[in-house]
Amino acid sequence: MSPQIEQEASQPLVEVNSLKVYFPIRSGVFRRHSGNVRAVDNVSFSIGHGETMGLVGESGCGKTTAGRAILRLVPITDGTIKFRGKDVASASPEGMRKMRPQMQMIFQDPQASLNPRMTVASIIAEPIKEHQNLGRSETIERVQELMDAVGLNRDFANRYPHEFSGGQKQRIGIARALALNPDLIVCDEPIAALDVSIQAQVVNLLADLQSSRKLSFLFISHDLGMVRHIADRVAVMYLGQIVELADRDDLYANPSHPYTEALLSAVPEADPEYERSRRRILLTGDVPSPSNPPTGCNFCNRCPKAFDRCFRDEPALKEISEGHLAACHLFDNS
Amino acid sequence: MKSGAPNEQSPVLSVRDLCTVFGTRAGDVHAVNSVNFELSAGEILGVVGESGSGKTVTMMSMLRLLPSPPANVKAGTVHFEGRDLLQATDKELRRIRGGRIGFIFQDPMTSLNPVFSVGFQLRESLRRHLGMSRKAASKRSVELLEMVGIPDAESRLSAFPHQFSGGMRQRVMIAIALACDPSVLIADEPTTALDVTIQAQILELIRDLRRDLGMAIIWITHDLGVIAGIANRVLVMYAGQIVEHARVEDLFANPSHPYTRALISTVPAVRGHRAKRLNSIEGQAPTLLGMPNSCPFESRCSSAFARCAQEAPHRMQVGSSHDAACFLVENASHVATN
Repeated sequence: MSPQIEQEASQPLVEVNSLKVYFPIRSGVFRRHSGNVRAVDNVSFSIGHGETMGLVGESGCGKTTAGRAILRLVPITDGTIKFRGKDVASASPEGMRKMRPQMQMIFQDPQASLNPRMTVASIIAEPIKEHQNLGRSETIERVQELMDAVGLNRDFANRYPHEFSGGQKQRIGIARALALNPDLIVCDEPIAALDVSIQAQVVNLLADLQSSRKLSFLFISHDLGMVRHIADRVAVMYLGQIVELADRDDLYANPSHPYTEALLSAVPEADPEYERSRRRILLTGDVPSPSNPPTGCNFCNRCPKAFDRCFRDEPALKEISEGHLAACHLFDNS
Repeated sequence: MKSGAPNEQSPVLSVRDLCTVFGTRAGDVHAVNSVNFELSAGEILGVVGESGSGKTVTMMSMLRLLPSPPANVKAGTVHFEGRDLLQATDKELRRIRGGRIGFIFQDPMTSLNPVFSVGFQLRESLRRHLGMSRKAASKRSVELLEMVGIPDAESRLSAFPHQFSGGMRQRVMIAIALACDPSVLIADEPTTALDVTIQAQILELIRDLRRDLGMAIIWITHDLGVIAGIANRVLVMYAGQIVEHARVEDLFANPSHPYTRALISTVPAVRGHRAKRLNSIEGQAPTLLGMPNSCPFESRCSSAFARCAQEAPHRMQVGSSHDAACFLVENASHVATN
């Protein structure tokens, strides 16, 4: 191994440090800057080579914005994102263009993310034409390989997206993301729009591609069962912040943050007897607005275990056991 | 439940041989195919299936809510309170919809009218169906909002739908559906658009309301977890047909149709055993063009045999209140009786 490769292997593929994405609120006649929606507020995590990082949380918690920020699809307010040691947040346009082929995205809505006027072949070939200098026949060959890899029939290359079912459309989106042999794919709710029986097909495909191509995934989802299936490590987000981060088995077996506990206990299980006997932690109220989060802990106004300190000080994300991080005052003295 | 098991002698709603087709340029789409079921007083009947399986179209056909053309409710009867809804006059139907039968839809934002206050929409149903005065209707509206757990109900009456969060909007929808004290509540994917913690709140609310008010509920969902937690009996739909019907315990303990079995095994859980690889159902649901003359699940079924491609199976008895439309069930019961 050359020293450079060795260094790469020991280093995570992506390192996010104190990432902040604020969207300005403008009001009044002069559109004066009157506040911020803190979509992502001080988030740090890393993704290793070949690892799947699960990012879970409810709608509006900032998980999608965090995923988009890593690819710099939204302006980054503060913080650094190191991809193979290079900062994405401060990269020049040319530098960014060089990095883009290595990081791709799969979107939630397979219908909306495919151009209805382009054939499947031209959708999958577009990134190749943009970033690589391949001849016509080589491009066609590459497109056909990709269609095989995601389980689409080669004969359908000249059809249009509307001629495919939801699951097949998502396969087209996956083929497009794979076209440039990326290292990282941000999967933003890739199965949320699909039927249960099709979800399993797509998740199995993603798992196969990961092992055959050494991909790293950031898997953004609100489906806690599916994240448990596919992720190696899981981060739970609430109101723009990571409240808990741990290895998958550790997180599901010992949820430590009260929000994670409540979230897991709210997931309905396909087991009538268990459903009847289980005790649910019912959260009261709704998620506060990210433009006006409560003082102290973000979760303090809904937390069943909140005490006086939670309304004063913001808890930091810290290690509570090996590799298990939580942001909660309950673990301050332990 | 008020008194143990729901009363099985007197169904409040009974649907026989319901068939709905949509006329399209490509031909007739058989969206609902000979659907039979009964709803007993005070029970929660879960209807589970994937998109396009005919769950919603069945309910819409019952209340003749589908635009015709293209929809055509070709055959069947829907008995409710001594009359056939499919033969009822428009005037009668208007009284029943939103009156004796309440409806909750999936997306509370599109089913509430954005230009009227929540109070107006609640009063509208009370005044129209029950002939209440303005004042009495206002008073009752406050009670209803309090019943579904909306804090500060009196001042919220003048608020508009966009001023509520998703979970609160769904509570308003439930209040409207329950305004006229219906004997049947049809809930069409009412928690699908909500987050899990909010879904848990709504499920709890529905359980409480059912216990207090005693109406029968048809709960449509694609989420087996939700079904397991809320339903007494379950209908599994696939390709416009009921493929299995059972009490909820029996369905999960002894799923008899291969589709039900596959469906239950594809959903990953948040606790217990974690499978290395998900079981998946290969292929996709059939288009419903033309009359089916084979089992609709035949092409995706791992235990299909020759007969499955030649004729369509009818629902066959598995146990008490448990049946499945599969030839394997028939064979199994033959073995049992021999």
